[in-house]
Amino acid sequence: MPVHQQGEVKVWQRRERGKQLAIWFGWLLGLSIFVYCFKLISDRTIWFFVLDAGSQAADLGARMVPPNWDYMERLWAPLWDTINIATLGTVLAIVIAVPVAFLAARNTTPSLVLLRPIALFIIVSSRSINSLIWALLLVAIVGPGEFAGIIAIGLRSIGFVAKLLYEAIEEIDPTQVEAITATGAGGPQVLTYGIVPQVLPAFAGIVVFRWDINIRESTILGLVGAGGIGIELNASIMSLAWSKVSVILLAIIATVLVSEWVSARVRHAII
Amino acid sequence: MADLAVPQAGPRRWSRPPLIKDRRWRWGLAIGAAVYLAAAFGTVDVNWARVYEGLPRGQAFLLAFFPPDFASRWAEIFEGIMESLWMTVASTVVGILISVPVGLGAARNLAPRPVYYFCRAVVALSRSFQEVLLAIFFVKLFGFGPFAGFITLSVATVGFFGKLLAEDIEDMDPVQAESVRATGAGWFQWLNYAVQPQVMPRFIGLSLYRLDINFRESAIVGIVGGGGIGATLNTAFERYEFDSAAAILLVIIGIVMAVEYTSGFVRNWVQ
Repeated sequence: MPVHQQGEVKVWQRRERGKQLAIWFGWLLGLSIFVYCFKLISDRTIWFFVLDAGSQAADLGARMVPPNWDYMERLWAPLWDTINIATLGTVLAIVIAVPVAFLAARNTTPSLVLLRPIALFIIVSSRSINSLIWALLLVAIVGPGEFAGIIAIGLRSIGFVAKLLYEAIEEIDPTQVEAITATGAGGPQVLTYGIVPQVLPAFAGIVVFRWDINIRESTILGLVGAGGIGIELNASIMSLAWSKVSVILLAIIATVLVSEWVSARVRHAII
Repeated sequence: MADLAVPQAGPRRWSRPPLIKDRRWRWGLAIGAAVYLAAAFGTVDVNWARVYEGLPRGQAFLLAFFPPDFASRWAEIFEGIMESLWMTVASTVVGILISVPVGLGAARNLAPRPVYYFCRAVVALSRSFQEVLLAIFFVKLFGFGPFAGFITLSVATVGFFGKLLAEDIEDMDPVQAESVRATGAGWFQWLNYAVQPQVMPRFIGLSLYRLDINFRESAIVGIVGGGGIGATLNTAFERYEFDSAAAILLVIIGIVMAVEYTSGFVRNWVQ
């Protein structure tokens, strides 16, 4: 125990001196990195604009209030589209992510050297490219509209669903799988009776969680033309109709809160 | 397993227990999902002619991506990546610093009711808007450049981190907290010796995870003017320099993979 003598009295300390010094040094290093990064950002900032932000915000606030409630009537259809983009995109992601996850999991993959790295690469590339970038690409390929949005959300979600699912598959209890194998079950039977029941609750939780995230993401896809409420938002911002923008933002908040509530309820029900 | 207890004539059949126990819920959910999917597919209008027309274009698009051209725009790419990294580091640090008090306030077992509701509202508000939406507004307030992106990512970090930190604090072991309090510790001592050691491993893990997310998001806030590699990527797209765009995407994937591996390593080391 790190205790040091101070005259007659023993004083307890949490750590040895060397360790404490190392920790302080780590903090110093981290702090200097942060200060350096912030300085570089600040060099590229026009501080006049930043200092002006207060009056800009006040101006914007004044234009956004009161919200133009009549506009809400025209928002129901885009909102429905937004929810569809999120949901159908999630469905698309599930269809592709499940096989990928089984290929990526160490204990179910048919080939550790060949298929697993491919599956992992699919997962990483899908996860690192944001759905907005996917949408940017897809709008150019399949044309503007919800379809591009659905595929963008789907492609982005594959990585997320597959990653969490394959981690769940790797954490299953192997004794159950062994027991099913001992009854003489073939590969597909082991899968359906030994592995799937163990990961099904986790899978349902992951899917609902991703759906919740997708609702949030699908609200912005319209900015690049991929359908949903983002199109209305973009049009309103472009035409500086701030009283419409505030209605749209409130509609987005309401949708997101409802979807979050639904997803929390479902996850509680399952787990 | 209740089915097994019922005496039946003839051989008994075993069937797997369903995921959702209640039969009414099971059927209700299935029918609801079917109705919803029918309605959703009914309203998504896909212009198949346009999609078909787009396929050769998509192929041309993909071909234009290969081979990725790192060389001709390397200076711009490097600049953009560095700017993204500064933004990532600075916003993660600031976001976490702000989210610690917010997270403490949003933990039900720590904060008095009014503080709890206030902090939960802060978290819900900053979580319900996608990063790009926040970026649009912050670019308007603070002007173009990395500062707007930095503020955006910091705000998004507060929502994410505050929520998860609060949940973690709510899940802590109350016995340890009580025993530290029983020694006569003040509030800050209690926080430092009872709460902090319990949440620290997860805190570090979450920080690294958020660093990873912030880097990925920094790639898109640039599309609406928030600085970083996203601005470079958007320019590459708009100038139809798809080979440079492919290079940028590959660099992003590479960095995300590197960050993910390091953070996995650090998390294992911490726990």
